[in-house]
Amino acid sequence: MKEVKLNTPLKEEDVRDLKVGDVVYISGYICTSRDMGHLKMKEVIENGEKLPVDLTGGVIFHAGPVVKKKDSGFELRVIGPTTSIRMEPHSDFIGNLGVKMIVGKGGMDEGTSKALQKYGMTYLQAPPGCAVVLGEKVEQIENVFWMELGVPEALWVLKVKEFGPLVVGMDSTGNSIYRDIKVNGKKLIEKMF
Amino acid sequence: MEKVKNIKTPLSDKLIQNLKAGENVTISGYIYTGRDAAHKRLIDLLKEGKKLPIEINGQIIYYVGPAPTPPGYKCGSAGPTTSYRMDPYTPTLLDLGLKGMIGKGLRSKEVIESMKKNGAVYFAAIGGVAAVIAKSIKSSEVVAYEDLGPEAIHKYYVEDFPVIVCIDAKGNNLYESEPPKYKKK
Amino acid sequence: MREVNAKQIKEKVKELFLTANFHIGEDVLNAIKEASVKENSETGKNVLNMILDNYKIAANEVLAICQDTGLAILFIKLGQEVHINGNWEEAINEGVKEAYVEGYLRKSSVTDPVFDRKNTKTNCPAIIYTDIVPGDKIEFLVTPKGFGSENMSRLAMMKPADGSEGIVNFIVETVKIAGPNPCPPTIIGVCVGGTTDQASVMAKKATLRKVGEHNPDPRYSDMERQALEKINNLGIGPAGLGGNTTSLWVNIDYKPTHIAGMPVAVNVCCHAARHASGVI
Repeated sequence: MKEVKLNTPLKEEDVRDLKVGDVVYISGYICTSRDMGHLKMKEVIENGEKLPVDLTGGVIFHAGPVVKKKDSGFELRVIGPTTSIRMEPHSDFIGNLGVKMIVGKGGMDEGTSKALQKYGMTYLQAPPGCAVVLGEKVEQIENVFWMELGVPEALWVLKVKEFGPLVVGMDSTGNSIYRDIKVNGKKLIEKMF
Repeated sequence: MEKVKNIKTPLSDKLIQNLKAGENVTISGYIYTGRDAAHKRLIDLLKEGKKLPIEINGQIIYYVGPAPTPPGYKCGSAGPTTSYRMDPYTPTLLDLGLKGMIGKGLRSKEVIESMKKNGAVYFAAIGGVAAVIAKSIKSSEVVAYEDLGPEAIHKYYVEDFPVIVCIDAKGNNLYESEPPKYKKK
Repeated sequence: MREVNAKQIKEKVKELFLTANFHIGEDVLNAIKEASVKENSETGKNVLNMILDNYKIAANEVLAICQDTGLAILFIKLGQEVHINGNWEEAINEGVKEAYVEGYLRKSSVTDPVFDRKNTKTNCPAIIYTDIVPGDKIEFLVTPKGFGSENMSRLAMMKPADGSEGIVNFIVETVKIAGPNPCPPTIIGVCVGGTTDQASVMAKKATLRKVGEHNPDPRYSDMERQALEKINNLGIGPAGLGGNTTSLWVNIDYKPTHIAGMPVAVNVCCHAARHASGVI
């Protein structure tokens, strides 16, 4: 298990190198997107339009921040991950956009594992419930799009410095700690009953 | 509507083998009642090797917890309760010679296999037509477990109690055979 | 301030539970009548006709429509200008107890649900939901809920991505799994949104809405229509013995909910959908 510091835009070889259990800190830019945000991205692409942000080599963070409005823009207060499995249906779509890292909590399923292998992506878990600590790693809010979806669901572009610690939960070779836990858990249950 | 056959308890093995799933029949004669708590007590007694308070061999058990009896009536509203809750206890009673069960709803594979092995029938009474059924109960006495209130074991004398042969002694099961005929895509 | 005595509350609760257990609502009665004409299966028709007979006998002879006279549930709107003389909860429970004793209704409530399961002999405690509203009236909506159908109810914490299709499928699957157990034809109450508790309570309340009336929002009434059609295509039929009347109606209600969720509660009610309402 290694500790790695990476900068965006991410290169595929940096990401393919990462294995389950590695700890990562990201500097550069990350974009938040959750339930409605993913559906909006799909809608935009299906209409033949361009996304407001180029996600090539990018990071999608499953989160909706708490922000404070200022005269010029917004200030981030706290931010933490939301449950990623809700975004499971969209993984291939996200990979196709050039995204290299998906950050969230709770893991994702086999569809995502296939997409991670296909596009050279990893899934990382941000510490849940540590919204203050994670918020401190966000230097500023660079931009926000789709505010009509509401603050939590809008596309926030965040400038981050050593954002983490993020732990690789699913890597680009098909390993998944979440799958391992499920399989072992099932064996235990079968033993018990 | 077809002429409804009346069958009298106790049911003979020959009669049981001839009853077919789907037949509308009416039952006359003595039947016992029992549901969750009573069944548990009976099985617990058997496990302890003790004698049961009622005769099981050759009998019919009706899964019911009746409403109290209003003045002028022999029994309060008495529709069937859902049978699957008695499934864990039933094969043991069938092995002891229980010949019929009246209830409503699905039965487990184990119960159906035991019915086939032992030659027993499962009748469906219609849930929620409790007042209609009450009128077919001509006498009622508590024969065991009075402390269980509505869950006590009663002995009913019934006349023309309307039921449908739901699962017969060969394992034909109306709940399996009928709905697919009306299923649409 | 308007004064209301505990005794008035007790009497009203008693009256409503007696009414509910002996007299089925017009809307349910008419729905069964209509179904008995439209039903394809011979057995199904017989079952529906027996149900109609049963309603008549129950009302005329003051016998409980179903022996499962259920647990006593009340939805009450208490006007904030009302002052109650006496103990609110005690009055309601006394009303339930008197209805169930004097009405020869079955007492189906047990104390601790796991170990002793001793019958409380009063059909109490009642399950009481009270909303405090403007005004000086007390509005009661009561329902005796039997457990054959209650046991078939379900809750799913769905994802927003599951959408209306996911909701309709969950409703239909709930009915499919239940099969004959809840005494079809059933009335299905659904609430989408809220929290686990709110969705469940509102789904129960949705079973009490008038049969034949849709949710005024066309997107939700569309889901109601789709669910009902798919349910009746299952072929389960009256008493689960085959037919095209498996449910009489599907009522879907909705509540605001969290951005991360879409709770869906489905409450199943049997054809003896008993309820009564009144005002003090």
